[in-house]
Amino acid sequence: MTRLEFWQGNTACAEGALAAGCRFFGGYPITPSTEVAEHMAVKLPKMNGVFVQMEDEIASMAAIIGASWTGARAMTATSGPGFSLMMENIGYAAMTETPCVIVNIQRGGPSTGQPTMAAQGDMLQCRFGSHGDYSVIALCPASVQEMYELTARAFDLADRYRVPVFLMADEIVGHMRERITVPDKVGQTPRRELDRGVLPFQPDADLVPGFATFGKGYGVHVTGLTHDERGYPCATNPGVHAALVRRLVDKIENARTAIADYDIINPDAEQVFVAYGAPVRTVQQVLHDRPDGMIGFLRLRTVWPFPEHSLKMFKNAKVFFIPELNMGQIAREIERHVKVPVVSLPKLGGDLHTPPELVAALEAHR
Amino acid sequence: MRHEIRFSGFGGQGIILSAVILGRAAVMYDNKHAVQTQVYGPEARGGASMSAVIIDDEPILYPKVTTPGIYVIMSQEGFEKYGAGAQKNAVMVLDSSLVHSRPDCTCYEIPATREAKETLGRDIVANIVMLGALVAATGIVSESALEKAILDSVPKGTEALNAKAMKRGIELVAAAGKAQP
Repeated sequence: MTRLEFWQGNTACAEGALAAGCRFFGGYPITPSTEVAEHMAVKLPKMNGVFVQMEDEIASMAAIIGASWTGARAMTATSGPGFSLMMENIGYAAMTETPCVIVNIQRGGPSTGQPTMAAQGDMLQCRFGSHGDYSVIALCPASVQEMYELTARAFDLADRYRVPVFLMADEIVGHMRERITVPDKVGQTPRRELDRGVLPFQPDADLVPGFATFGKGYGVHVTGLTHDERGYPCATNPGVHAALVRRLVDKIENARTAIADYDIINPDAEQVFVAYGAPVRTVQQVLHDRPDGMIGFLRLRTVWPFPEHSLKMFKNAKVFFIPELNMGQIAREIERHVKVPVVSLPKLGGDLHTPPELVAALEAHR
Repeated sequence: MRHEIRFSGFGGQGIILSAVILGRAAVMYDNKHAVQTQVYGPEARGGASMSAVIIDDEPILYPKVTTPGIYVIMSQEGFEKYGAGAQKNAVMVLDSSLVHSRPDCTCYEIPATREAKETLGRDIVANIVMLGALVAATGIVSESALEKAILDSVPKGTEALNAKAMKRGIELVAAAGKAQP
């Protein structure tokens, strides 16, 4: 059974989180993400959950890490300056392998920038923003329906790989209202508990250790310092550090195919768009208006780890066009993986690319 | 078929709520697709406010309004910023108690704020008068869908007042007739 709703993207995000079993939200309100927090503040106390408005985004990130170690599915939501403040503790979550979900409804930056306008300028920050080497997962919704579905999936991925998972939405998708079909129930894959007698940071074959939930009788030490498989600091042993960091990266990068979520449209085309988030909608319109099958489209829902194998499906591609609400952050990533020209189509200021703008780009490179 | 509707007025009139109600009516009660978007700044109130709705029988791809066919205008500044460029074949419903300019397109002059204040006793329901007028003028959603969406969206205890405001808007269209450019 499903039901029909006319929801805002941010409402759908909060509802998707609740349906996925999220029972802790720690956050600090900031436009254009505030409706996520508002909705969680209304709903969580009635569902045996906890909503805490923290003093800032540094503390918000710390709060969800703590909540996650008690076994809760935990989330925060922010934008722009708040996302920057979260960076140090995002690194702590990566190092301590703490499952958590961070929603970023992207707005124009740098700094306070454009609070009420859309952007996708944090795509590299979410991948590389904290210091040191690590890997994360980032999902990009392009509709209210996907705000619900991808938020729900983010919790499963966070638990599966013990990693911070980012829902990298934008103000357009976060604030628009549209038709959504809401399922009665969302399937959940629970976090795997640590087997008794196994060290708390000893990985399985998939490089992910079982989780030693606080209060369940495990002896576990959690630190941001380089640690051995017991969890104890071991910060001057080059071998231990190299192996730990390599595992934090490999557990995600090796699972690239399993994590990947994308659509391939018209794989024989010579001109190919690649898009994620709100610009997907413009590309969809262009393809709808030109149903000749001559324009290819790689439509990404997973951006990190980047599903580079998907680009290889366009065997006849002569040029890739990348419309983004930034100055070419993912275009730069795509350039690393293909031998044909990559045309970045940046758009700054908060407006979405229009269909004629994308058609003009196609004509200019024909 | 894709219909684009743009609402504008000043912050505090319920411009965004009007658009949300219209989108809700189309999706929840007329079984159509709709997307509602808005433009607003960091200010709390005042300033020109704009919200838009796209209604279609098919799923809506590009979510932004480009050439609106229907306008609902509730302030002079809103007219100048978001209504003055209306194409000749557009239809505009404007609050004639607040907007003194007139467009080059078909126009319904509805004294919504004055009627809300004098006939209904609360100027806060002017936006609902305008919604009633919009539906009477264009049939963009059904009257029953609009009424249900209004009743879903307004505070408890104000349902009767808002239903009356909607009906008053419908009557005003019949009384005003349309002014051709």
